[in-house]
Amino acid sequence: MTMLPEKTERKMGLVIDLDTCVGCHACVISCKGWNTENYGAPLSDQDPYGANPSGTFLNRIHSYEVQPESGPAQLIHFPKSCLHCEDAPCVTVCPTGASYKRVEDGIVLVNEKDCIGCGLCAWACPYGARELDQAEGVMKKCTLCVDRIYNDNLPEEDRVPACVRTCPSNARHFGDLGDPDSEVSQLVAERGGMDLMPEQGTKPVNKYLPPRPKDRLNESPREEIDILAPLLAPVAEEPKGFLGWLDKTLEKI
Amino acid sequence: MHPAPSIIAFSTFSGLGLGLLFWLGVDTTAPTGWVAFAFFAIGYIFAVGGLISSTFHLGRPERAIKAFTQWQTSWLSREAWCAVAALVSMGIYAFLLVFFDTQIHVLGWIGAFFCLMTVYTTSMIYAQLKTVPRWNTVLTSVLFIALSIAGGALLSGRVTIALVLLVIAGGLQFVWWKTGDTRFKESGTDMNTATGLGNIGEVRAFEPPHTGTNYLLNEMVYTIGRRHAEKLRLIALALMLVVPVLLLMLPFPHVFGVLALLSHVAGVLVSRWLFFAEAEHVVGLYYGMR
Repeated sequence: MTMLPEKTERKMGLVIDLDTCVGCHACVISCKGWNTENYGAPLSDQDPYGANPSGTFLNRIHSYEVQPESGPAQLIHFPKSCLHCEDAPCVTVCPTGASYKRVEDGIVLVNEKDCIGCGLCAWACPYGARELDQAEGVMKKCTLCVDRIYNDNLPEEDRVPACVRTCPSNARHFGDLGDPDSEVSQLVAERGGMDLMPEQGTKPVNKYLPPRPKDRLNESPREEIDILAPLLAPVAEEPKGFLGWLDKTLEKI
Repeated sequence: MHPAPSIIAFSTFSGLGLGLLFWLGVDTTAPTGWVAFAFFAIGYIFAVGGLISSTFHLGRPERAIKAFTQWQTSWLSREAWCAVAALVSMGIYAFLLVFFDTQIHVLGWIGAFFCLMTVYTTSMIYAQLKTVPRWNTVLTSVLFIALSIAGGALLSGRVTIALVLLVIAGGLQFVWWKTGDTRFKESGTDMNTATGLGNIGEVRAFEPPHTGTNYLLNEMVYTIGRRHAEKLRLIALALMLVVPVLLLMLPFPHVFGVLALLSHVAGVLVSRWLFFAEAEHVVGLYYGMR
């Protein structure tokens, strides 16, 4: 049913640290690797070795340049996948009931057998989290690796989403954001975790941790060096001798 | 948004066909016999043809029947129900008119009501989307309904009503365009809210996640043809409003009426193309595009 649950028992989701993400795209690859051979239809590629390759991915990494008022620009890598919104607009627009939000853990899933591939849910999502698989004709999205996190056949440390398991800089965290005492909720509280596009009213479960303030050049330790700077000024401002003559002659020509 | 020909054809022709059926439904002295047959046939060809063409953009059209299940939340599902209700009630109404010279007014009104509801539910598929600020207004529904009944009046040969409705629909179209131009900005969604990084400084997309294109860019970040938007708006307005009104004021309504109709339909097609091509989805912000 495409009616959203009043509330979910848990709010499983991701916390993504924009401070530590190095933009290596390892999570993209591990996500595609796991999800192309497990839950649902494979994630197809079109023209993968040709001139215009494209394909279905459930997780993508953008990079942004942020220019503060003073100081150098910062480069911030920005992973983006389904935010498993509490008020998920993608679910309510679905005409067939293929899209649904689970009561037990809040995960938003697509039942691919019911999906007609109308694409309306992808239109309704402000985050670009849903992609229509061009080979299968059905909508694909992040499942929060629902086939890993409860999978008793896997060693316990592997029972997290593939992206979280693989992240080499520990920028991705998985847990219950509905429980204020969980590690992820503590992290969000400590670091001021934020929602993407809050004005869209989707109430995303996934949170983003903003980058920590950066060290700046020209702040206190550097100023001590600056005291000596006049002594280090160039001795000869104007060239003399042969170079001086050359300079003047070239000016005249 | 990608202007898919199947969707443009669907919304234009089904709107026109349902508009004609609406007028036949509310007509106090509806035509009977072969005249009625001709009118209803045209209405059904447009309405059903449009609905069929809408299934061409589905990834899995063979499962389309499942779209009837979620009427409680989904405008697309409600549209499916309203279309069936309109076509069935109008079908019985037409059958009695054509073969038995009998007009059951109540049935006509019910059919007319569901014709308008079908156009309304179609418009709500777009107007409900907060992600596309240009569409996210009640004016979208008003415009769709106005164009549908204006086109229907033209198609059913109601010259005076058509003249008035064409002017109203043209005016609404103009207002929808003008207010639509600022709606993205007014929505409050921008690079800063999309990334949450605005408090550090000015945010600029540095590198996209992929070197090629993808479904999101093809479907929702369609930018081709926008630079001709102003010219196309003038062409659309001239074809859908100015030319038909001038033609309708000439004598010999039968000859010029057909030309007026052709011009109007061409104008609505251009306007519907712009409806998609000009619409900007907020996901484009993540790519530094609109």
